[in-house]
Amino acid sequence: MSAGGIVPQRTFQEAARATLANAQMRRNLQHATTTIREKRLRAVAELPDWEDLRIQGAAIKDHVMANLGDYLLDLEAAVKARGGHVHWARDALEAREIVAGIASSHGAREVIKVKSITTDEIELNGGLAERGIHAIETDLAELIVQLSEDLPSHILVPAIHRNRAEIRDLFRRKLGAELLTDEPKQLAEAARLYLREKFLTTKVAVSGANFAVAETGTICVVESEGNGRMCVTLPEVLVSVMGIEKVLPTWQDMAVYLQLLPRSSTAERMNPYTSFWSGVTPGDGPQEFHLILLDNGRTDVLADEVGRQTLRCIRCSACLNVCPVYERAGGHAYGSVYPGPIGAILTPQLLHLENKNANTLPWASSLCGACYDACPVKINIPEVLLYLRGKITEDRPLSAEDTLFKTAAWVMSEPHRFEGAIKLARTGQGPLVKQGAIHALPGMLGGWTDTRDLPAFPPQTFREWWRGRPAPAMRGTEGNAQASEGQPLAPQREERSI
Amino acid sequence: MSAESRLDILTRINRARAREAQPFVRVPVRPSTRPHGDVVEQFAEYAAEYRANVVRVDAGGLPGAIRDALAARGSERVVIPPDLPTAWLPAHLPVTGDQPGTTDLTAFQAVVTGCAAAVAESGTVVLDHGPGQGRRALTLVPDHHVCVVWEAQVVDGVPEAVARLAESVRAGRPLTWISGPSATSDIELSRVEGVHGPRALDILIVGD
Ligand code: SF4
Repeated sequence: MSAGGIVPQRTFQEAARATLANAQMRRNLQHATTTIREKRLRAVAELPDWEDLRIQGAAIKDHVMANLGDYLLDLEAAVKARGGHVHWARDALEAREIVAGIASSHGAREVIKVKSITTDEIELNGGLAERGIHAIETDLAELIVQLSEDLPSHILVPAIHRNRAEIRDLFRRKLGAELLTDEPKQLAEAARLYLREKFLTTKVAVSGANFAVAETGTICVVESEGNGRMCVTLPEVLVSVMGIEKVLPTWQDMAVYLQLLPRSSTAERMNPYTSFWSGVTPGDGPQEFHLILLDNGRTDVLADEVGRQTLRCIRCSACLNVCPVYERAGGHAYGSVYPGPIGAILTPQLLHLENKNANTLPWASSLCGACYDACPVKINIPEVLLYLRGKITEDRPLSAEDTLFKTAAWVMSEPHRFEGAIKLARTGQGPLVKQGAIHALPGMLGGWTDTRDLPAFPPQTFREWWRGRPAPAMRGTEGNAQASEGQPLAPQREERSI
Repeated sequence: MSAESRLDILTRINRARAREAQPFVRVPVRPSTRPHGDVVEQFAEYAAEYRANVVRVDAGGLPGAIRDALAARGSERVVIPPDLPTAWLPAHLPVTGDQPGTTDLTAFQAVVTGCAAAVAESGTVVLDHGPGQGRRALTLVPDHHVCVVWEAQVVDGVPEAVARLAESVRAGRPLTWISGPSATSDIELSRVEGVHGPRALDILIVGD
């Protein structure tokens, strides 16, 4: 099956209810995000000019957006001058057809792929399958996701929700690998053997592109495993699909992003492998190179003054790893190949705010601002979230929730109104309370309890208790005396998951 | 179809009118202020943190260091770029010069190359596949890569490396940046070395 696409099948709230029930996924995810989060802070602290780099990173991208047409034309000319071909695709369908056309013209039944979120966005694997071409994912995590017919849950570590035992069973089943244990080393070796043969025999490879330099026509792929190097080097034909926002003006600008990206994403000083190539090199690597420039909604994002900053994104996933909502709900809840805070603003915009499921994503946030602080290109995600919420609701009449809040403000502004209201509610709630909580309010108020439970009104309010309480006892009874003699109190047991 | 799409996309970009709020200024490369010895020292340390095996030798010791590096991992079938300086290699070492198009790289256990630059701040070696470095597949398919870095090739930060490589890029050469051996953290975030690229990387830093 194809990995994803960007059209959510459900609202975020519905999808999150399902993912929240998956304790294994939540545990894995929490472990991963906490680990990367801490490591990242150390990696970033090593560079004395980190904040200046972020400012540069944002400024270069803004400059590119202001001159996007010019830079794309420069890039096109430079790639062609180096013997490459350039294609333009307005949407996913066009992009898929271009790739399929190239593969078919070489009679390819199989293509190998480097992990690329852009090809996931256009649902390339599914598109190729319809034309009888099988796309093999070569990134270990993507391979795991593909073999288990699952969806990626993280930009960077797509199989973060799978543990080693699950992976071992999968490899036994699908690769026929004889695995004695579930040691990650053995699992990686099984994948190595399976894929090496593919690298050496497959004619056509498809990659994404992390960056492309307009000045020189140089494409950049950043990775760790070496599968990227294999794909961009060994096959005869290479096709790279990139969003139009990935272009950079000059080679010098690469320096900024080669510092920002690895430290923000894997929290490393540098990722193990980075490949650069310009067109074709005689005697070295693929002798046929195609670059596909993909719009697929990006020009609409560009046209929006506030939303435009979304196009600065370098897909580092730092915002995912700091997001409390992502950490609990998991990547699948976002229903798109772009999860987490960036997904919450990118997906609805790519769909022109026309998809009702995607339009719930801007509410998938506590607006804590952690994503903005972490973002290496200073995308003000909370600002865009609020802005999108405004745009999505602007034509909607006053909702039940709005009315409720207005009434609540009036009631709570006077103590006697408040107490009267509580008494009334206590009598009225009877049939709604189940196990101490209200799970569904009737009628228009149902919107409130769709995503949260409401605690039932207690039999007595604090004010009522305070008025009726006995005189307080003096301090210094036995339990406290023990503490004051210097004996430590028993430590509080920490709630932890294993 | 593509010509029509091209015009459409460019028109849409034009209509978006994403003008610049303020003129764009590039920050110049911050020059290194440290003594070069410290820079080389940090490169050695950071490359080792990426689990590359780092050895420091003087020019006279290079052939011996290459022999030891190959022997330590039992690499007997060795391939080299055809233009690797013969003075680097130990006498009587059986090596094969790569001939793109005919050489079967899967038949070799190890490869010995030079590099174009190395970066202290990130522990990276950079190949521009110029003299002494061979085509890209050469340092990719064999399982063991022995890479020779001259001290003068080590720069402090990424911006200096980028500046130094500008000429290669303008000449249309591919680049490979290598920071440690191939690795993955995809299975429960535990690091495993050697998924597809060379599983072992020896970096020999040669004093001038
Ligand atoms: S929005 Fe910023 S932090 Fe999030 S993935 Fe994009 S660049 Fe990284």
